[in-house]
Amino acid sequence: MLSAIWTFLLVSGIAIGLLRGKGGDLTQILVKAAHQGAETILSLSGVILFWMGIARIAERSGLAEIFSRLVSPLLRRLFPEIPTGHPALGAIAMNVSANLLGLGHAATPFGLKAMEELQKLNPEKDRATDSMVTFLVLNTAGLSLFPVVVVGLRAQYGSQNPADIVVPAFLATCASTLCGLLADRWLRGRKG
Amino acid sequence: MALFSDLPSYLLPLLVATVCLFALRRRVDVFGSFLEGAEEGLKLLLAITPYVVAIFVAIGLVRESGALEVVSLPLRPLLLPLGIPPEIIPLALTRPLSGSGSLALAAELIARWGPDSYIGRLASVVQSSTDTTLYILAVYFGAVGVTRIRHALWAGLIADLAGFLASVALVKAFF
Repeated sequence: MLSAIWTFLLVSGIAIGLLRGKGGDLTQILVKAAHQGAETILSLSGVILFWMGIARIAERSGLAEIFSRLVSPLLRRLFPEIPTGHPALGAIAMNVSANLLGLGHAATPFGLKAMEELQKLNPEKDRATDSMVTFLVLNTAGLSLFPVVVVGLRAQYGSQNPADIVVPAFLATCASTLCGLLADRWLRGRKG
Repeated sequence: MALFSDLPSYLLPLLVATVCLFALRRRVDVFGSFLEGAEEGLKLLLAITPYVVAIFVAIGLVRESGALEVVSLPLRPLLLPLGIPPEIIPLALTRPLSGSGSLALAAELIARWGPDSYIGRLASVVQSSTDTTLYILAVYFGAVGVTRIRHALWAGLIADLAGFLASVALVKAFF
């Protein structure tokens, strides 16, 4: 699939370039684009290394646990199927908190743990439960407070105020989360 | 509005200071943890490098040869009244499919048009507005052996579309 798309992009670019008589320029374009890609990686490397270092410190200090205590009353309403005190809700709260704080790599193990716990409550092991769908919709909608890598990328390319997209970006993740949850509720009763 | 938009620029430095002090008080090995996390960052960077180069070459060719104009010409009258620049469409379509692919596309748009241009800002917000739906569903459902995923894919894609449309509206409203 990806191979076909990528080849199609390359070949159509080259074909149209040749038709327009840009044969010699195409070599230039190829080399320059590859160079730009590598350059972008280099310019991102500082932010990614630094942030992942800080994220690890936050993870070790238990910051996500404190956050999860704040968000679990809210989450409880989204997952009425889960019995009180069941470990699934704790894992979900940790996953959501880690995502909110931008600790993506810390979020995955909690997410997997949450799925395992939800699977224990599942009477039909090959079929997703309502809670599983709601939990994954929450994850795919990507609710997050601060898009560190994007802000770093903007700073690298000389933005006047790299963080000026933070508020609209947060509101956009709120919109996608809200619509995802509404769609989940709306589609839930249907076939399948 | 000034205070509102200035606050985020202090947020990151404040967050960094808070995290380190908090961790130190809790007797976490702050420096060791930092090195460990940064090392993992290096691995991540190595993993995404081939994607980024592949995307830059493909998009660079398609754009510079004029192929993108040819394809987006019929879409233009449809997209422009909504404030959606045709240049952003590849990013919007890639976002649910591949995290590293869409990050590469967003980087390409920011590099090409500038971070403070309409397209640059829109690319930043679109990239941040949602997560990689297909990847998440595959990993999490795969891990527990669920094959009947019901409406999860549709709900996830509706969330992605909502995030995209909200990004356009918000970037217009804020800047």
